Amino acid sequence: MVSLNINGQSHEIDVSPDTPLLWALRDVLGMTGTKFGCGIAQCGACTVHVDGQPLRSCMLAVSAIGARKITTIEGIGATPVGAKVQKAWLDLEVVQCGYCQSGQIMSAAALLVSNPNPSDADIDAAMAGNICRCGTYVRIRAAIKKAANVA
Amino acid sequence: MSSTSEPSDLSRRDLLKSSAAGLLLYSFHLPVAQAAAASFAPNAFIRIAGDGQITLVMPQVEMGQGVYTSIAMIMAEELDADFPKLMLEHAPPDEAHYANPMLGVQATGNSNSIRAFWKPLRTAGATTRAMLVAAAAQQWGVDPAACSTAASQVIHGASGRKLGYGALAARAAGLKPPANVPLKDPKKFTLIGKPLKRFDTPEKVNGKAVYGIDAMPPGVKFAALASCPTFGGKLGPVDDSKAKAIPGVRQVVVLDDLVAVVGDNQWAAQKGLAALAITWNDGANANVDSALIWNDIRQASTKKGATAKAIGDADKGLRDGDRLEAAYELPFLAHATMEPLNCTVHITPAGCEVWIGTQIMARVQSTVAKTLGLPPEKVTVHQHLLGGGFGRRLEPDMAVKAARIAQHVDGPVKVVYSREEDVQQDVYRPIYRHLFAASLKDAKINGWTHRITGSSVVARWLPAAYTHDVDFDAVDSAVDMPYGIPHFRVEYVRREPPAVPTGFWRGVGPNSNVFAIESFMDELARKAGKDPVDFRISLLDKTPRLKSAVQLAAQKSGWGQALPARTGRGICAQVAFASFIATVCEAEVDENGNVKLRRVLSVVDTGIAVNPDTVIAQIQGGLIFGLTAALHGEVTIAKGRVQQSNFNDYRMLRINDVPNIEVHVVKSGEAPGGIGEAGATAGPPALGNALYAATGIRLRRLPIDREVLAGRKQA
Repeated sequence: MVSLNINGQSHEIDVSPDTPLLWALRDVLGMTGTKFGCGIAQCGACTVHVDGQPLRSCMLAVSAIGARKITTIEGIGATPVGAKVQKAWLDLEVVQCGYCQSGQIMSAAALLVSNPNPSDADIDAAMAGNICRCGTYVRIRAAIKKAANVA
Repeated sequence: MSSTSEPSDLSRRDLLKSSAAGLLLYSFHLPVAQAAAASFAPNAFIRIAGDGQITLVMPQVEMGQGVYTSIAMIMAEELDADFPKLMLEHAPPDEAHYANPMLGVQATGNSNSIRAFWKPLRTAGATTRAMLVAAAAQQWGVDPAACSTAASQVIHGASGRKLGYGALAARAAGLKPPANVPLKDPKKFTLIGKPLKRFDTPEKVNGKAVYGIDAMPPGVKFAALASCPTFGGKLGPVDDSKAKAIPGVRQVVVLDDLVAVVGDNQWAAQKGLAALAITWNDGANANVDSALIWNDIRQASTKKGATAKAIGDADKGLRDGDRLEAAYELPFLAHATMEPLNCTVHITPAGCEVWIGTQIMARVQSTVAKTLGLPPEKVTVHQHLLGGGFGRRLEPDMAVKAARIAQHVDGPVKVVYSREEDVQQDVYRPIYRHLFAASLKDAKINGWTHRITGSSVVARWLPAAYTHDVDFDAVDSAVDMPYGIPHFRVEYVRREPPAVPTGFWRGVGPNSNVFAIESFMDELARKAGKDPVDFRISLLDKTPRLKSAVQLAAQKSGWGQALPARTGRGICAQVAFASFIATVCEAEVDENGNVKLRRVLSVVDTGIAVNPDTVIAQIQGGLIFGLTAALHGEVTIAKGRVQQSNFNDYRMLRINDVPNIEVHVVKSGEAPGGIGEAGATAGPPALGNALYAATGIRLRRLPIDREVLAGRKQA
């Protein structure tokens, strides 16, 4: 059994210890907001926070997490920065197909926690690991700035 | 649907029919209440319950293009519905009611959702509204002409009486739908033309949106699969002893061309798959490689093709003037939707259930039914949001594979492709070769011939539409050139590439043609000694909407103003999907041939922009999609296999590669054009022309070759 703290709740799951967090979330806990995109940490669709750090859950074994706190897209709206990011995403209609956007929002929220007023270069550096095939990048940049400017 | 004097019978019958097809089983956006017996369903698209809830059935699928919102806007506009309170529902598989009028099948593609459904959905809304007005007038004993409608209510202005659509549903259901109901004067539109918020965004920012890959029927098991990596090959012996020893692995399914491992979760299945010792029988295509395929198409392109369009005497026209010839080539491309291919299937004694996000619901139903030897009505298809389509989900192959695997599994099984499998088991954007010859006389084009050689996706996908040896899609935007050319001929040579399956890819025919034509137009402008913008404008008298767009794009982009060294601007002017678009790209090339995009600007005349914010978003995203292909996109073949596998070797543009993109939407009263693919076709030629302006090097192949741009290799 592996114990995980996800969005403030404790979960005991019975999976092999090398199981990536992505599949534990999706297939064992039914939390499907975190997406599978590439399996090799190239696209960022599976981004979650572990103690506030944005990590790719497709290559993060559940046994490596320990007592650290996991936040997923289902829980990020409960944080002040997460709520601001989601609102900016809505206000600017960032989303198209939406499949990558859980990961985009998780990366953006982590950026704004560590850097409340990012420049374009800061945004590009922090978000370069998240691919959007629909090409919503221009709006992602604008939405992060909008979220940053909301007091 | 037909009317009847018994309203309750009508709604009950429709309800049953809908339930049988799965219509009420899966809803989108909000839970759908079971429609009350008195609900009013005058057509296949609109249902009004006694409690006033209006449900709109979506005949086209949502894959990011915003079509659910635009389609709802079109219906709600004529219906005068209270827009924010609408509920939306995926249509069931049902060719009779939901076939795309421009394609003749139930499919979403070719950027034609709005064009195809503009009139039918306005009519559906207006007719429903007229019946509600008639019901209210009957109830009040007043003249229908004295009634108006707003926010899902009928209003009798003289008396101040109002009735909600729900209260009128039962009475309206008893009325005969009137014919030829007048549509609104576009000047009176209150929804169409406004940048309304999308219905699907809220659940896409909080993780609640449900895509096909998120389907979780009770008891579902998870499968990873490997199909023969060599096209057309078969599975040889498989040793599954190590796989079966892995905890969580339940079953290994061995079929003639693929093997799947079923597990308690996707990780267990993937580990099991990796632990199999598989021998493949590569078959006849084991020696096919890119060089062979390119030689084949180059050879095929030397022969005359079927004439797709002729004006004047092209051969004579070519003899009169300064002649220029060029050949352009485009590579195979994979789709790489962010949501990898997947399908969940449950086969029961009663039939089969399928959970999927697809651009072709009815074809998925019929193809799975055929695979399983079931009548189509025994196959229920639950449609989901699509994590990208781009043409890949115009095919049913992933559903067929999932159904074949599910035949051996007790209970529901979700088959999820790895990214590598997704890239290597695609249907690829065909390679194309374009041969041009043109003559210039007085700095204008006198003669023009264009021979397009490549696979016909249409001949396989919609055989009835492939006539006279011409693929209408493969020559789209080439036969209907916006420029005035007196002597003109376009030919098409169908050539299927050895081994490699081909499919539709965002931008379809225009994607290849606009790149080739707009690049060659630039060459002609240079040969004529004219500025590329001036040259195009001088030939656009017959296409004033495009001419205006080019003029505006030149003005807004600062066309002609000085730029730093190794930096250039390029223009693309296109008519594609009935939209008129001018695009200017500004790019910089370093000494190693690396390209930096500095700025991209498009002026878009798409007629009436149903939701202008969606138009902007689609052009922004489409430009990036096309520029991604121009800068990085190429699938190559060795030993009958695709060499690319994941985002490390099939690269995408990332946020740090992308400059600001400005989109100006021209206000217009013309009928709406298509927009979902138009940006994808505009980016590559604008970039190629910018690179020529920056370096003097003309790139006639995609993707761009950095070695050529660095001057280390011949173009």
